[in-house]
Amino acid sequence: MAEYLKGFLSPEWQFLAYVAAALVHAFLLINLVAGGALAFIWLERKVSGRIQDRLGPTRVGGKFGWLQTLADGLKLITKEDLMPEGADGMLFRMAPYVSFCASFCGYLALPFADGWVGARLNVAVFFMVAVLGIEVFGVILAGYASASKWSLFGAMREAAQVVSYEVPLGMCVVVPVLIAGTMDLVTISQMQAGWFSNWFVFHDPFTFVIFWVYFTCATASVNRAPFDLAEAESELVAGFHTEYSGLRWSIFFMAEYGSMFAVSGLAAILFFGGWNGPIPLADWLGLTDASRPLAHYFGNFLGMLNFMFKCVFGVTFMMWVRWTLPRLRIDQVMTTCLKYCTPIAAVMFVGATLWTYFLPGGLFIPRQTRYGSIREGWHLEAQQPTAVEPPAEDPLNPVARRTRAESR
Amino acid sequence: MTTQLDDPRIIEFDVRTDEMLVNMGPQHPSTHGVLRLVLRTDGEVVSEVTPHIGYLHRCAEKIGENLTPRQWIPYTDRMDYLAGMNMNLGWALTVEKLLGFELPEKARHLRVLIVELNRIASHLVGMGAYGLDLGTFSPFLYAFREREKILDLFEEVCGARLTYSYITVGGATADLPPGWLQKCESFIDQLEPVIDEYHALLTSNAIFVRRTANIGVLSPEMAIDYGCTGPVLRGSGVDRDLRRDGEQRYTEMYDGYAFEVIVQKDGHYPKDHKYPKVPASTVLGDCWHRFYVRMLEVMQSMDLVRQAIDRYSMATGPFGEPVKLNEKLPKGEAYMETEAPRGQMGFYIVSTGSAIPWRARARSSSFCNLSVTHELCRGCLIADVPAIVGSLDIVMGEIDR
Repeated sequence: MAEYLKGFLSPEWQFLAYVAAALVHAFLLINLVAGGALAFIWLERKVSGRIQDRLGPTRVGGKFGWLQTLADGLKLITKEDLMPEGADGMLFRMAPYVSFCASFCGYLALPFADGWVGARLNVAVFFMVAVLGIEVFGVILAGYASASKWSLFGAMREAAQVVSYEVPLGMCVVVPVLIAGTMDLVTISQMQAGWFSNWFVFHDPFTFVIFWVYFTCATASVNRAPFDLAEAESELVAGFHTEYSGLRWSIFFMAEYGSMFAVSGLAAILFFGGWNGPIPLADWLGLTDASRPLAHYFGNFLGMLNFMFKCVFGVTFMMWVRWTLPRLRIDQVMTTCLKYCTPIAAVMFVGATLWTYFLPGGLFIPRQTRYGSIREGWHLEAQQPTAVEPPAEDPLNPVARRTRAESR
Repeated sequence: MTTQLDDPRIIEFDVRTDEMLVNMGPQHPSTHGVLRLVLRTDGEVVSEVTPHIGYLHRCAEKIGENLTPRQWIPYTDRMDYLAGMNMNLGWALTVEKLLGFELPEKARHLRVLIVELNRIASHLVGMGAYGLDLGTFSPFLYAFREREKILDLFEEVCGARLTYSYITVGGATADLPPGWLQKCESFIDQLEPVIDEYHALLTSNAIFVRRTANIGVLSPEMAIDYGCTGPVLRGSGVDRDLRRDGEQRYTEMYDGYAFEVIVQKDGHYPKDHKYPKVPASTVLGDCWHRFYVRMLEVMQSMDLVRQAIDRYSMATGPFGEPVKLNEKLPKGEAYMETEAPRGQMGFYIVSTGSAIPWRARARSSSFCNLSVTHELCRGCLIADVPAIVGSLDIVMGEIDR
């Protein structure tokens, strides 16, 4: 888009093209986060209602109460702007925005379909994990600035918990990166095209296990039950957002649901093939052919729906867990992280490494996509247009080895 | 070799943690009403818990000195508002003891039926609310779903869903409506398979066991010292249930009923594999055992209700002979304890010969059960405080009266 706009501008004003493109991307994404939060809060109500033998909202906006969240949002906007007397005003006001910004920034690097991404970064995985980790900062600020003991407890719990869970979470996301040989989320998804057996979750037993570790850690790092200690309503009244009301409180919620979607999206891309369906239907229909723009666009659209479906499934799964399980205690949360998740992630990391080294082509199902070709393409794109030769200084890289063997 | 700090003040200023006093309640989601707990905490660790009560005091006992015993029945409803029938029964039996009233057989079975049904409802709330204390919401609503059906049954019987005033001095206010017994029986048939759901969601759930096993261990000696009764006492392994060990006037209600007092034993595994096994991490007298006693008592009460239905339908005679509203009381005093869902509920009446008692007094089981809180909560984590208080299953209306 920026390239298209550049044509209309004189050279010294061409930066405006990038500004405009960035604004459009940001606008689309922020609507996705806000609209997504509306949809997910509605979904959570319906899901929890169904789980608990209730109906959930049924009246606002027609039969299924799908406008309930919007109505609640309106109510929250009209509420009085309250701040406790002893609160640190600036930090108190800032905290929800910090949380929300962190959650929102994660979306910048999240590809929704082939090339449909706010900013295609070659360190997208790293960027997302890092930025989502900042969300805890807003929570700690909120707890500290509220001048309430319960809030402080919530903030301290959150700090301890989320910072600990970053460790196994980081180890989990490294495994698909290791298999793919890149941190670019678009490339990682492209590699999993074809049948569902190409998805990294089915790559080897270690990745299958590590997906569940990832999901556990992701649930913990976005503060969802059974790890929702920071807002444990039966212990800490409402935890870090005890003193928040009205719009600020709802912004915390938007951040929470935004993060849930983001970590589910990350899981979908890293383990479940991103926008690629379980069967290469789009391939058969010729929708992945980049030389036919309209077909490619349509294919991308279907891919986005596919990706969205996977994300919503992940979020729904988190809801299901939330409404089923009791909450863990803080020491048990830390035990789960330090004694189970971290060692399991470490072992699986080593296992996946060895597997990729010794069985690069998989055990039972031969891979239908050649990693090498995509990797080379990525290299071409990222570095220089001439280097077709696989990098020779990388003898341990299975992808490179495989490519070399094939070329022989 | 020991390491030494050059300046001991470093510890004082760098590592020192402060104690913090935190008010849990009276407006707190998990203090079961208006209990106020003052926690002395050091980080997440609670060093001392002081319960403060009195936020729901309504001078019910003083009011009892101005009303006739039958007029006071509605006030007993509001004591343990989750088991109003049991409260009615306790007071009715006490007054009957003072009057020397002999109850017809049919009224006895009717009372057993109603009271045990209310015990199920009460324990269901206790179970659901305990899940809520531990952070799971769904079992609470499942429990209420079943309780609603019991309340529907009670509504048919007496028109009220919470404050029944149904059992009264001399029997009950009305007979069971026609067709009610069949409804009751079919409800029990419905409830039986559902109990397994609760066991799956709570009793044998790994997180639930982790949260409750070896938490708030109440030794049998301490339980007796503090006057704990009911499931709290039996969860600690003390074999005492007034339905079997109580006064003649009360136990004769249960004459001929087959039931076994549910009491937890160390390393006790129920023979019947219908129930979940006792997890190895539990200790006798911990929160898990108290919860488990309630769950088993629900099963037991279902059995008792079934028996009571049979006996009631076979019994002859009136359903009761309610005494006059202003029946003159003989001079003297009477005290009766009954086994309410939360423990031994005692009522005391002193009469000087008029229709209005000179003194009416209630001995609340929740009050004594609550008094162990500070012992159980010493050194636990903040998250354990709701777990412990919830496992005692207190009702503030009964504590404050």
